[in-house]
Amino acid sequence: MDSHAAEFVVAARRALADTPLQAAVKRATDTAARKRDLAMFAAGRDYGEALRQQSAAARHRALSQLPDLLEQAEARLTANGATVLWAVDAAEVCQHVQTIAAQHGVRRVTKAKSMISEEVGLNDALIAAGIETLETDLGEFIIQLAGEAPSHIVTPVIHKSKEAIRDLLVERLDMPPTDDAGTMARFAREHLRAAFLSADMGISGGNFIIAETGTLCLVTNEGNGRMVTTLPPVHVALVGIEKVVATLEDYALLTQVLPRSATGQALAVYTHMINGPRRPDEIDGPEALYIILVDNGRSAIYGTDYAEVLGCIRCGACMNACPIYEATGGHAYGWVYPGPVGAVLTPLLTDLQEASPLPYASTLCGKCKEVCPVDIDLPRMLLDLRRDLVNAGHTPWLWAAGMRGWSLAARSPRLFDAAAHAARIGQRALPDGRKLPLGPLGGWTASRELPRIAAQPFRAWWAAQEKAQSHDDEP
Amino acid sequence: MDLPERPSPVGQPVALFVTCLVDYLFPSTGVAAVRLLEHLGVTVRFPAAQACCGQPGYNGGYQHEAQPLAERFLDVFYDIPVIVSPSGSCTTMIRQEYPRLFANDPPRLEQAQAIAARTWELTEYLVDGLGVTNLGLRLDAPQTFAVHDSCHGLRYLGLGRQARALLTAVENATVVPLEDADECCGFGGLFSVKMPDLSAALLRKKIGHIRACEAPTIVTGDVSCMMHINGGLAREGASRRVRHIAEALADGLPERERDGQPRR
Ligand code: SF4
Repeated sequence: MDSHAAEFVVAARRALADTPLQAAVKRATDTAARKRDLAMFAAGRDYGEALRQQSAAARHRALSQLPDLLEQAEARLTANGATVLWAVDAAEVCQHVQTIAAQHGVRRVTKAKSMISEEVGLNDALIAAGIETLETDLGEFIIQLAGEAPSHIVTPVIHKSKEAIRDLLVERLDMPPTDDAGTMARFAREHLRAAFLSADMGISGGNFIIAETGTLCLVTNEGNGRMVTTLPPVHVALVGIEKVVATLEDYALLTQVLPRSATGQALAVYTHMINGPRRPDEIDGPEALYIILVDNGRSAIYGTDYAEVLGCIRCGACMNACPIYEATGGHAYGWVYPGPVGAVLTPLLTDLQEASPLPYASTLCGKCKEVCPVDIDLPRMLLDLRRDLVNAGHTPWLWAAGMRGWSLAARSPRLFDAAAHAARIGQRALPDGRKLPLGPLGGWTASRELPRIAAQPFRAWWAAQEKAQSHDDEP
Repeated sequence: MDLPERPSPVGQPVALFVTCLVDYLFPSTGVAAVRLLEHLGVTVRFPAAQACCGQPGYNGGYQHEAQPLAERFLDVFYDIPVIVSPSGSCTTMIRQEYPRLFANDPPRLEQAQAIAARTWELTEYLVDGLGVTNLGLRLDAPQTFAVHDSCHGLRYLGLGRQARALLTAVENATVVPLEDADECCGFGGLFSVKMPDLSAALLRKKIGHIRACEAPTIVTGDVSCMMHINGGLAREGASRRVRHIAEALADGLPERERDGQPRR
């Protein structure tokens, strides 16, 4: 998928003016955040916090031995009868899938939700190769119908109102008009049922791979995941190389925090643990199972200041908590992953300069880290990305010059004092109550008054007090 | 944040790190902090060589520009056993970010870690450091307050209960909740200048909650949030204002301890 992160500021402004979008995102994120808090702390705050810290440790454990675990996972998955393929980049993922499709004579594909397939642009590649490709997660199905991109990693259609979805289904699929969400979902299900039965290949993502057992784990809520991974004769799973966990025990921990953080559920409706294709004595399951382990920029993050972000389990809690995401929705971020984790991942997985607005799209309020089930320090990484942008010269020269001036002046109390004094006199000419037409403070003064510089700074007051006191002390 | 081996500040003189915003924009906050500390019998010093902690540049990614200021801070405050600041975000800068800034400079890192353990945000110093919540204050007439939790103080230093406890203990003061008190006001330093529309969207929500709050006075532990929210309230023509906790508390000091405000 192409990145439009460079246009964040303009896209955010557009989003702010989009009233239905504002209402839809606010409602959805507020609800999700509230449900998350309830679920995480149902057994008390200490218990929930301990769960978070243990989950973080499980992810650290996995990342610290990632190369070994990947090899172990490959061996175990292979022993379980799966075919493991590696893909360096987006093109190689699409190539692998097309080769598999050709081998099995695939004409129709059903897909379960997979963010990595968005990342590598798989749908477009398959459709261009003449393969009918249908998203079956309800949200993704609607997104595909609308020709849009997901705006949230868990609830991709969060930006659309129920009414907008109804109109889309009526217009594109001749659904009899209804205002009932359940009726709409039933209609979509009917529509999808035929596709499930006729698909030649199912494509899914993967939430975890357990290295010690060679198990592919998937967490879903709609049942489509089970259809996609069991009905067609071929199942292909795209999994990022960072998704490996060491042991079944670590998985047991993470599978508790993921649904709690994502949707406020103690357990997702469907938890899949796939240990290979159908065995001779089994009555269902695919004949062939392929696991494509996708790098696509991840190994370049490994071993850097940003390795921590590879621990992300894609729960979306940081989006639901983020006041900036609430104000802009996901599309403004311009690529696959929005919100705070997107602001870190997009510059790292695409291009730092292109994505330069994203690390600045944060007040550093710290809520994202607070809710992250694996305690990823996103604010710290946003700060480091800002540093990298500055050091690479990717910030406006006016800012750089201003900051150099500030640094020089602030270092010398006398110079700073003189500058403040001059600014105070200059400020007298500025009127209250309206926007400054120009300059870096133009935007600020559009909706805020500027504070006034004090006639007597604290340091001058202190000096005067001391002087008065020493006079008092004189005999 | 974990601070291993925090020496107790009881009985020690205090050096006030007043912060550049308080120094030049809101000196009365600094005066209030001094008066409160003196009221408790604490000896207060003000190292005049102090400057900005470097946070504005640091948070913008300008670490090279921030570093000389951080070094200056370490030099000025190095020998001082207790440092108190009326700002959650500047305290965060010193406690959390200095050790990161000097991660590859062992001598400076050692200084930074030592200073981190000796630096306190004002309400934290009073409640957790000195162990007092009742400062023996009394307002002339009953007043109702609500607290806006500034993000840095709340999530990086674990503050919030201290300000509420201090206010609640003031005679004639009542503390009521503020809806979404822990939501960011949208300031974010450079953020509010770089992305003013987005910042204003967050500010509008905060102001909405403040206007709906039954307390006429909202207090906070950071003058940066105060400046931002008051800038918005003033532009909207609202009469409410956010005040720094130190000033709200200092109103309860005995008359004779309140004098000597700086000239505006
Ligand atoms: S960074 Fe944390 S909160 Fe955000 S999606 Fe990843 S795991 Fe969830």
